[in-house]
Amino acid sequence: MVESTPLITILVQQSDFEHGEEYQRLKNHDTQYGAIVTFTGLVRDTNLGESVSGLFLEHYPGMTEKVLDDLAKQASQKWSLGAITIIHRIGMLDINQQIVFVGVSSQHRSEAFEACQFLMDFLKTQAPFWKKEVREGSEHWIEKRQSDELAAQKWTK
Amino acid sequence: MKILFFGQLREQLGVAELCLDERPKTVHALRELLAAKGEIWQQSLSSKQVLVAVNQTICDFDTAIEANDEIAFFPPVTGG
Repeated sequence: MVESTPLITILVQQSDFEHGEEYQRLKNHDTQYGAIVTFTGLVRDTNLGESVSGLFLEHYPGMTEKVLDDLAKQASQKWSLGAITIIHRIGMLDINQQIVFVGVSSQHRSEAFEACQFLMDFLKTQAPFWKKEVREGSEHWIEKRQSDELAAQKWTK
Repeated sequence: MKILFFGQLREQLGVAELCLDERPKTVHALRELLAAKGEIWQQSLSSKQVLVAVNQTICDFDTAIEANDEIAFFPPVTGG
């Protein structure tokens, strides 16, 4: 085990992020880490068979940052990580735009894969964000999915 | 006591934030007090799906609350 505190970056923002820059931040942080896993979530053009034209994202300022920081700290305790970056956008987003970025570096690949999945699973079930889908002439708040709950629960088994 | 509402709940109630002079002792008592404001309040806040956070931490409805607490009610989260 590598004994160190990872570099944690948490950003909740309206503006877009540059995937390449975030990758470089993870890559250049510390040369003892040989694995990087990143996940990027995008706005899809369809959901549950309905055509979607955009997505509105609301959050609870203050609590969001607190929850994400806490999740990053939990991941740091479970795995030996070099750097963790979590970026989540808010406001009105168009189809194919980036919503979320989670990037993790570790010495070897398995820790980075696991930590990235852990962070996404808990971000989806714990972080106070709410999505509203914009369809042709109507808006719909998205409901939580059982599959997301199950994905988070598997970590506590 | 500062009360916040988010997501669909905020939209249904037409309120994002309110300040309360009364001092209910628990989240449950606060919910009862708010539910008495009208039918839409009663309906929206009685949903089993509604979550509550006291000072930005999700907790149970029997949690004790104090005058300076920030209490937020919201639907299940759907980010990511």
